[in-house]
Amino acid sequence: MTKDNKYISELIYQLADDNFIHSYRGSEWLGLAPHIEEDVAFSSINQDTMGHASMYFELLETLGEGSVDELSHNRKPKDFRNAIILEEANGSGTYLDQPEYDWAFTVIRHLFFGVLKEIRLESLNQSSYEPLIHTSRKIQTEQYYHLMHWKTWFTQLMLSTQEARDKMEQAISRVWRDFGGVISLGKYGKEISDLKLIASEDELRSEWLRRIHQIFDQVGFSIEGNPGMEQGNGRNGEHTEDLTSALNILSEVYHSDIDAVTW
Amino acid sequence: MVTVRFSELTEEEKYNHFMERIENDEKIEADDWMPDEYRNALIKLISSHGISEIMGALPEKEWVPKAPTINRKLSIMAKVQDEMGHGQLLLRVNEDLIKPLGRNRENVMNDLFTKKLKFHNVFHMPSPTWADAAIIAWLVDGAAILTQTMMLKTSYGPYGRALKRICQEESFHAKHGESLTLALASGTSNQKQMLQESLNRWWESLLMFFGPKSKKDIGSSSVDINIKYKLRTKTNEQLRQEFLTKYVPKIKLLGLTIPDETLRFDEEKEEWIYREPDWKKFKQVVSGNGPKSEERIALRRDSYKNNEWVRNALAAYHQKNRVFAG
Ligand SMILES: [Fe+2]
Ligand SMILES: [Fe+2]
Repeated sequence: MTKDNKYISELIYQLADDNFIHSYRGSEWLGLAPHIEEDVAFSSINQDTMGHASMYFELLETLGEGSVDELSHNRKPKDFRNAIILEEANGSGTYLDQPEYDWAFTVIRHLFFGVLKEIRLESLNQSSYEPLIHTSRKIQTEQYYHLMHWKTWFTQLMLSTQEARDKMEQAISRVWRDFGGVISLGKYGKEISDLKLIASEDELRSEWLRRIHQIFDQVGFSIEGNPGMEQGNGRNGEHTEDLTSALNILSEVYHSDIDAVTW
Repeated sequence: MVTVRFSELTEEEKYNHFMERIENDEKIEADDWMPDEYRNALIKLISSHGISEIMGALPEKEWVPKAPTINRKLSIMAKVQDEMGHGQLLLRVNEDLIKPLGRNRENVMNDLFTKKLKFHNVFHMPSPTWADAAIIAWLVDGAAILTQTMMLKTSYGPYGRALKRICQEESFHAKHGESLTLALASGTSNQKQMLQESLNRWWESLLMFFGPKSKKDIGSSSVDINIKYKLRTKTNEQLRQEFLTKYVPKIKLLGLTIPDETLRFDEEKEEWIYREPDWKKFKQVVSGNGPKSEERIALRRDSYKNNEWVRNALAAYHQKNRVFAG
């Protein structure tokens, strides 16, 4: 593998794993969303997001990193490059047993991620690695509707009851503390942006802040400073127990019969 | 010429006029006059169909994140989403019917939580392995396709239109289920065994799915009323026979054994002979005392309660905006 290829795949792992884990956390809500209409809409978003992960895994496959299913179902937690805030559980309980999931946290995490994903896609549109240009264009149209969905939720909940406002503000500060990990490009960030694969971390951050503050302005909310990375940097393989248990569920059947050729 | 306004007709005349429309295969719409018996039969049928779609998402939901490949993850996600969508569509049709009675979605959900509103027997059953995701999509959906197709010509227009869309999507579910089943049936001995065990688990529930032959089996049945009003055209037994004709050969072709030694096609009577399911058990299961009833109802009840603040917030937001707009 050439050095350049190493940085290319490093970036694509980040993109693939972010979408893969994010979609998983979303899919755990299936049947538990605030109302049935949302269950249907959210589920469609999760499918799209899983599809995006799959497209990135395909790029890794062509780079010789392994097959799509090996990459998604047969890697150790430390090999995952997703941001920590995306692996965090939706709440207490599991998706099958007494889930006490937090809708405010989910809306904020999706909104924050959605805004950054949009910025990343715009930047990938001009990537020096051509396959990323094609993939980002395919993803962009769907992403537009996802972001609109979460913006609507955000506005409505922020401008409704005091109870909802409090929960939402709590969720904002919680996600803020770790969202820096999503913006991060990891330890090879400089090489990745020097190769013009994607904009630099600083550029991504300032554009993200600009758009988020714009959204906050509309509901009379503000926050100071930069988002943090309190629990560590997932881009460098640092993760929590939440990722381990998520991966166990995601690959339970895959690992249940090692002789199986097809599923 | 003397014209009499419809509102001036006697109840009996209205009823006769309504039945004439039914006889002429006219479609009844939500705002049309309809006898209480018809409205109640529709509410019973459509609300339990709708809630069955929603509760039906739960046994499969278990396998959504666990699906063994990315493509399987994508297809089972799409499938379960469709089922929720069917639930949504049907609950909306039902909402128009219950509105004149002063009832709404919240009442329907509460009826589910208090077990007043019943859902299909199959969705009270456990789905402990990946093979259950295959058998559900292939055979439970296969059974549902037969009943839903039979009702496509139903006399109630909004229900018929909803069913038309549902049936289109169901054909994709059948393909998805067939593909999952085929992969396991042609897989390792473990995979085959898992599939056989799942079929054993589901067989009786599948036969039960269509309901008892006659009302003496469980004490009551709405089949007669539904046929009288042309909500449905076939009996439970006719559907079960169709199911056996369609699926027994396919199941055998996969090398699976159907867990009923008495099962055979009687050439003379031209019908399938099978071991009668335990209808007492059926009645128990659909009244909410099946192996997974409590757990699944609790999952929905608790999440409904857990998200109450969200629904309150949305109501408050829309209330405010109405005021501002006005
Ligand atoms: Fe369905
Ligand atoms: Fe279905």
